[in-house]
Amino acid sequence: MGVEQKLGNMGVVTTTLENVVNWSRTGAMWPMLFGLACCAIEMMAAQAAHYDMSRFGMELMRASPRQSDLMIVAGRVSKKMGPVLRRLYDQMPEPKWVLAMGDCASCGGVFNNYAIYQGVDEVVPVDIYVAGCPPRPEALIHGVLTLHEKVKGDKFKDLAADIK
Amino acid sequence: MDKSLEPIVKQLQEKFGATYEEFRGEAHCLVKPEQIIDVLAALRDGHQFELLSAQTAVDYYPQTSPRFHVIYQLTSLAHNLSVQVRVPVNGDQPKIPTATRLYQSANWREREIFDMFGIEFEGHPDPRRILMPDGSEGHPLRKDFPLGYEEPQFSFNFDEIDLRKPYAKE
Repeated sequence: MGVEQKLGNMGVVTTTLENVVNWSRTGAMWPMLFGLACCAIEMMAAQAAHYDMSRFGMELMRASPRQSDLMIVAGRVSKKMGPVLRRLYDQMPEPKWVLAMGDCASCGGVFNNYAIYQGVDEVVPVDIYVAGCPPRPEALIHGVLTLHEKVKGDKFKDLAADIK
Repeated sequence: MDKSLEPIVKQLQEKFGATYEEFRGEAHCLVKPEQIIDVLAALRDGHQFELLSAQTAVDYYPQTSPRFHVIYQLTSLAHNLSVQVRVPVNGDQPKIPTATRLYQSANWREREIFDMFGIEFEGHPDPRRILMPDGSEGHPLRKDFPLGYEEPQFSFNFDEIDLRKPYAKE
């Protein structure tokens, strides 16, 4: 069956280290829960049995930034929440990604006023924007899969340059 | 106006020269800023208005005298009465004595009024902002505070506005 037949008795596969590392990173992302508003309800629905995000290797949300590598910002970020969010982002170990879930986290949504950041990209660098108000769980899962595609294309030299 | 409120309002008019207004059956008494502490003390100690159920302000911009009304809604649980005391204040940087010595609950409400309207409460024990971040500028509920600060991006001006946006650095 499959890979065993093709390999015979050798038990060896040749590939690049980049491929292996990127594949393992996409298969086991640890999202940090950052539920700020109604988007968090859709995020919970995406994890629950009906949509089951664990099919993509991320069934468990961590409440600690030090145990996670993907920050899902679900909801509007107020001016007072911004420094808190940045501090949690800074505590996450590299490599790390940010997914702005919903219109408010992406661009401020309907809240064009003094209290709300016009997009979380004013506070932390964002990799993926998911549109919707709130996005359905399918949309969130699509965003996560798009992020997986992005991670699979990562080059070590770019990551090293980023960390410097 | 409630019948049992009439002697109280009459006393405020005679003793403090208060102006009486009625709005949808609710009693409003307008008094001068320098009298507000005496008025509140008279209502609390003389008529058992022991509860400051609300304290807020209104901005009447562009009118400047008065520019603001500071509003005290007092309730007497003992007599089931409610009266509103309004204090017109002039100018852009108004000051008014604090009510925290009479009503403890005025502490956070006066901080909120200061934060949102920029009305200073003299003698307040903790005169900091309460809702906005410490370093923020302006007072958002003033009528001359700018509404939303981000221009909407359309396809024809997307790139131009995008250059000005304050994106976070790594």
